[in-house]
Amino acid sequence: MADQPLVKVTIDNITIEVPAGTTILNAARKIGGDVAPPTMCYYSKLEDSGGKCRTCLVEVSKGSDKDPRPMPKLVASCRTAVMDGMEVKNITSQRVITARKGVVEFLLINHPLDCPICDQAGECDLQDLSYGHGEEGTRTEFRRRTFEKHTLGNQIQLHMTRCILCYRCVLVADQLTKTRQHGVLDRGDRAEIATYIEKSLDNDFIGNVIDVCPVGALTDRTFRFKNRVWFTKPVDAHRNCSKCCGEVRLWMRGDEVFRVTTRRDIWNEVATASDGKTGWICNECRFEKKKVSDWVIEGPTKVNRKSVISANKYVAATKPDEFLEEVMKGVKPRFMLDIHNESEVNEPELRLDLIDGPAHSNDFKIADEAHNKKLLNGSE
Amino acid sequence: MITLTNRSKPVNRKKMTFLESIYIWNTFIGMMITLKHFFKKKVTYQYPEQTRPYSPVFRGVQILNRDEEGRERCTACGLCAVACPAEAITMEAAERLPGEENLYREEKYAAKYEINMLRCIFCGFCEEACPKDAIYLSETHAPAAYNRKNFIYNKQDLLIPNPKTQPEEYAQAKGLREINKKKK
Repeated sequence: MADQPLVKVTIDNITIEVPAGTTILNAARKIGGDVAPPTMCYYSKLEDSGGKCRTCLVEVSKGSDKDPRPMPKLVASCRTAVMDGMEVKNITSQRVITARKGVVEFLLINHPLDCPICDQAGECDLQDLSYGHGEEGTRTEFRRRTFEKHTLGNQIQLHMTRCILCYRCVLVADQLTKTRQHGVLDRGDRAEIATYIEKSLDNDFIGNVIDVCPVGALTDRTFRFKNRVWFTKPVDAHRNCSKCCGEVRLWMRGDEVFRVTTRRDIWNEVATASDGKTGWICNECRFEKKKVSDWVIEGPTKVNRKSVISANKYVAATKPDEFLEEVMKGVKPRFMLDIHNESEVNEPELRLDLIDGPAHSNDFKIADEAHNKKLLNGSE
Repeated sequence: MITLTNRSKPVNRKKMTFLESIYIWNTFIGMMITLKHFFKKKVTYQYPEQTRPYSPVFRGVQILNRDEEGRERCTACGLCAVACPAEAITMEAAERLPGEENLYREEKYAAKYEINMLRCIFCGFCEEACPKDAIYLSETHAPAAYNRKNFIYNKQDLLIPNPKTQPEEYAQAKGLREINKKKK
């Protein structure tokens, strides 16, 4: 890139020099902050992504130094290269803000809005986008398109109703795994992500479609309904893996590893691993290594303060000393309540992390029996 | 001297006369004040026979709601727990099995739901956060108990009676509510 000439581009009145051929989006990301347009389909780690969702629309108020005419329509910044002297308006343009509102409305037109049961809620790009740029109410009164939910392979749950057809997962399957077994079938309203004749996906890297999915269409079946993302604690960990970089993020509750994902960068894309390559992880790391002993834990993940995942996490807090015994000269306090004796949540007999799929009522029967036994013993 | 109000009076240190020192007149004034209160409206309530009307925005013990078919509305989305400033609410979710459609409204439900009433501050944020109309703060107090463990309310303690399978209990609970409303 060094031999390419630098061009000057002004985005929201901030001027930056970037190599020729850079897209407006990437130039804006170099500035960072609110200037970078939101993206739903563009993924910098995947070739040929972008140009489908239209959320990154920007206004070009001056084409270039040579041809200063403004572009008549809003352009998709992920697909438009910068020109020397180009002036771009993103958040400073009322047109862009209105257009983005419309785009969000279109993306949500068939979205079921079942965030309360969706495992992606809390880390969902569409949720962030619609809260940040969308309207509060819906204007459509038509029935939303529905599909049967099904599982791709054993471990990936597909909710086609939530899909916004960004094609990221198709690109992952195309570029990461040499054999693509799923794609988009049918057209228009009926287009859906599907495996060809229900072929199961057994490639080592196919689990990464979960991480690239901007909505809850593709989710981890081993994490399904186990917990909300903001109640699990993210920690960075690594292990020696022959297939992938082995650098992951564990989502834990106590000592239980509920979910393993790739690490994310500030654009919510898969972060670059320490070896300089993109940190895709293999299915073995993602679905099978659900024990703390499998991993070397590096420390808690730094979570953005604005994210709901940072809720109720007291990073710098220290546990106060138990001083009652000391004050009472060695006499242990009576009538204290150990919440774990009474609470039915998080029973040690029911290890949610070791159940393959979502928990069902029969799993909880075991926990109930254990709890009742404990109560009986306690009352004797 | 700086006075805070203009009602303050300097202490009168004059020697009292004989008539003043037997306090007859001052006692009489005091008794008149007492007597006046006999004929005033009483401010006390004869609890338990008589109860005070609650404010319409009173926030009492939580209930978990059911829909008109008796299915539990809660989907264990965790918004009440994350909104709870006292961190009193915990839950565990499960997937609905085929055949359980009459029990739970959606494919995901709360298998375990607990409110630690020792922690709860009755702020009502859980009710406000709930997207499914599943949790409400009712018009009754949380009952007192002798043991701390009795303050951990589980799902069975919180759920309202099922209108389909326990119509009598449901009607009773609803009736109580209407009686209370009429009293107001």
